[in-house]
Amino acid sequence: MITLGRKPHNYLNANYSPWSWLFSTDHKRVAILYLISITLFFFVGGATAVLFRLELMTPRGDLVISETYNKLFTMHGIIMVFFFLIPSIPAVLGNFLIPMMIGARDLAFPKLNLLSWYIYSIGGVFTIAALVSGGVDTGWTFYTPYSSTYSNTAVMTAALGIFITGFSSILTGLNFMVTTHTMRAPGMHWFRLPLFVWSNYATSLIMILGTPVLAISLLLVAVERFFRMGIFDPKLGGDPLLFQHLFWFYSHPAVYIMILPGMGVISEVITCFARKRVFGYEFIAFSSLAIAVLGFLVWGHHMFVSGQSMYAGMVFSFISMLVAVPSAIKVFNWTATLYKGSITLQTPMLYALGFIGLFTMGGLTGVFLATLAVDVQVHDTYFVVAHFHYIMVGGMVMAYLGGIHFWWPKMTGRLYPEWWGRVSAAMIFFGFNLTFYPQFILGYLGMPRRYHTYPEEFQVLNVMSSAGASLLGVGYLIPLGYLLWSLRYGRAAGDNPWRAKGLEWTTTSPPPTENFHVTPVVTEEAYAYSAEESEAEYQRQVEEFARGEETLEESRREL
Amino acid sequence: MEHEFQLFPEQASSYAAKLDWLYYSLVGVAVFFTFLICVLILTFAIKYRRGSRASRGNPSNGNLKLEFTWALIPFVIMMISFGWGTRLFMEINRPPADAIDMYVVAKQWMWKCQNQNGKGEINELHVPVETPIRVTLISEDVIHSFFVPAFRVKQDVLPGRYTSIWFRPTKPGTYHLFCAEYCGTSHAAMRGKIVVMERHEYAAWLEREGTTPASVQGRLLFERFKCGDCHGGDASDDGPMLSGLFRRTETMRDGERLEPDLGYVRQSILEPQARVVAGYQPVMPAFQLSEEQIFQLVAYLETLSAQTLKSNTLPEELSR
Repeated sequence: MITLGRKPHNYLNANYSPWSWLFSTDHKRVAILYLISITLFFFVGGATAVLFRLELMTPRGDLVISETYNKLFTMHGIIMVFFFLIPSIPAVLGNFLIPMMIGARDLAFPKLNLLSWYIYSIGGVFTIAALVSGGVDTGWTFYTPYSSTYSNTAVMTAALGIFITGFSSILTGLNFMVTTHTMRAPGMHWFRLPLFVWSNYATSLIMILGTPVLAISLLLVAVERFFRMGIFDPKLGGDPLLFQHLFWFYSHPAVYIMILPGMGVISEVITCFARKRVFGYEFIAFSSLAIAVLGFLVWGHHMFVSGQSMYAGMVFSFISMLVAVPSAIKVFNWTATLYKGSITLQTPMLYALGFIGLFTMGGLTGVFLATLAVDVQVHDTYFVVAHFHYIMVGGMVMAYLGGIHFWWPKMTGRLYPEWWGRVSAAMIFFGFNLTFYPQFILGYLGMPRRYHTYPEEFQVLNVMSSAGASLLGVGYLIPLGYLLWSLRYGRAAGDNPWRAKGLEWTTTSPPPTENFHVTPVVTEEAYAYSAEESEAEYQRQVEEFARGEETLEESRREL
Repeated sequence: MEHEFQLFPEQASSYAAKLDWLYYSLVGVAVFFTFLICVLILTFAIKYRRGSRASRGNPSNGNLKLEFTWALIPFVIMMISFGWGTRLFMEINRPPADAIDMYVVAKQWMWKCQNQNGKGEINELHVPVETPIRVTLISEDVIHSFFVPAFRVKQDVLPGRYTSIWFRPTKPGTYHLFCAEYCGTSHAAMRGKIVVMERHEYAAWLEREGTTPASVQGRLLFERFKCGDCHGGDASDDGPMLSGLFRRTETMRDGERLEPDLGYVRQSILEPQARVVAGYQPVMPAFQLSEEQIFQLVAYLETLSAQTLKSNTLPEELSR
């Protein structure tokens, strides 16, 4: 694309002053603010993982002392869960895309949206303060009475950080729900919404209903710590299991906050690169809602060996099994979408296909954990660690990176280098499996999680895992490098380099501040792709190319 | 405890093989579906790559029958897994009546094990082979978890409340005991050994160690704290008699009916006013006993339960 003179007006060049960013209520700029902050947190959280994976290369504690080790895995958990995974897709891609996907100019409450970024940042500052003021050693789960009575680290500073950040998720959820209900463009019925919007809607439901319970549990820990009021510590007359019930009532649904938006990204990417309408739109849409609702009824599966009643265990086991059904539907439907498609394997598609494989493994190992007797053996071992990393890293982080690559041309107007994209996607896939697959075996062998030192027979598998982690680390640094590079040197993307459907692709790249010059009117279903058309067009291109070659050959002969 | 590389955990209890059947069946299911999905994805990605000659006619955007089928198949598998897992879970939650009792007190960062018939051990527990063992657990501080991978059993250890677990070792040897619930700084060092011995060796070991059984130590405590003064069994006594305690149902002053158990005895010693048996005044003072002492006292009370209910069957030195 050749542009002469001044570049067209867009949200990036509207104003260059720092204030125009820090006080912007434009959902796209807020998304970029989130992108920068969560990237920072991702690499801080990743650095802690590098340190403890290095420690675990040997059975003895020779790199750091146990206190430091405990603080490292705690910070890894807190930062990755609350400051990276939960905001990742909703706050970056959701913020950027939801208004554009439904044909709106902004979210329903632009000022609240900016406020939620500030709240997130203040929470982040507290958490970093906890880190530099000596750290926290309770694990991200804050189990009582250890957190409320016994730990003498900066528990309250970290808990306060999480407490504050919770409000930013509540506000984001609220904003998304109201926006989806009230601001859809003419013709955009509920069943024409992109599945990304459906999955973020389901996520918002969890954010609004679940987060307050987490806030309450952390507040109760604070009350017990400061005022010695007996809530969780039996020595003061409390019940330690009460905390686990409250904590998991939020944190299990929160696990679905950390996967549902990823599922939304996958539906967008797969349809585009298979040039097919998604298979079973309604099933996928409703399975997101089903997962969100069932997610509130399964918290007790974290407590099968905690001393809760055997019958409670049975009920929770049963309901947890039901979650497998909507998850399986999604996997089968995505796979069926590929059937009779016209498939190309660009970077976002590689991430999406990788996601399906890893999510399938994460989901199936979830069945092991929902099965009472098996959970007794693998609970609190590396099996659990492997399982939730397959969901959260193999699932969510893959989806997040796939989404970032897919919408990067829209967000920045630039293309990333495709070859590097594919190489790093493959590297992340292999690095990930090498890191976490051995941990399933370690878990069934009985290696407990959160162990600073371990018996010698576990060393081989731990070394494999650490080797994989270093590959994974490099895999994550490469996109950071080339994406930043592409901002300046990347080829201009044009408005729709993937020839994707969806309203966000109908406007210019980067989009203008008001998203659309004219409010769009929706007249077709979501994902109106056609594999046959794509093939026909490809044939035309091939013929054109062949003709070009012939002409070239002729002119060469003439010479 | 092997120090070599292994891929599968050792089976050292009667339950281990049963759980492994379920586990490896689930591994089979997981491998099958992972392969199925991967093969389908690869096949489609190759067959329907852009420019391939495969037919794209009549694309389908959904098929209710098909979708219900692939909702139903996982559902059926889930239900089988649920049923199978629950049956085994009930088994490990219900100790057989002839199980030998062991008591374990967990604290940051050690296991204090009390064998019913003798020695108190630190970070070690000796048990005879082919004998059901019931371990009763309590913590002095934070939550810990008693985990013996070779037996496939795990149970959280709570402060202020008893939990229990049972197993039947089948293979003499030494096995890991891990604390599986994160409990603070030296969590990873809170490891112990379960030593499974042939029965005759175990008997010889008890003999050799020559220590007093828990019940005898309990009797000494019973004497020291003069429990028999009020709980001896005379009608004029201030408190309910303790012999036969675990075979009765008691009615509390507030009308609650309960079958006295370990937890009730512990509460009655530490906070005697909490639940008082109907017909008695709340006059008992609190006793600050350690968790081990409570275990010893209870072991002694168990021996009383086995006897007739008359107070004159109490050891002579206890009766007034």
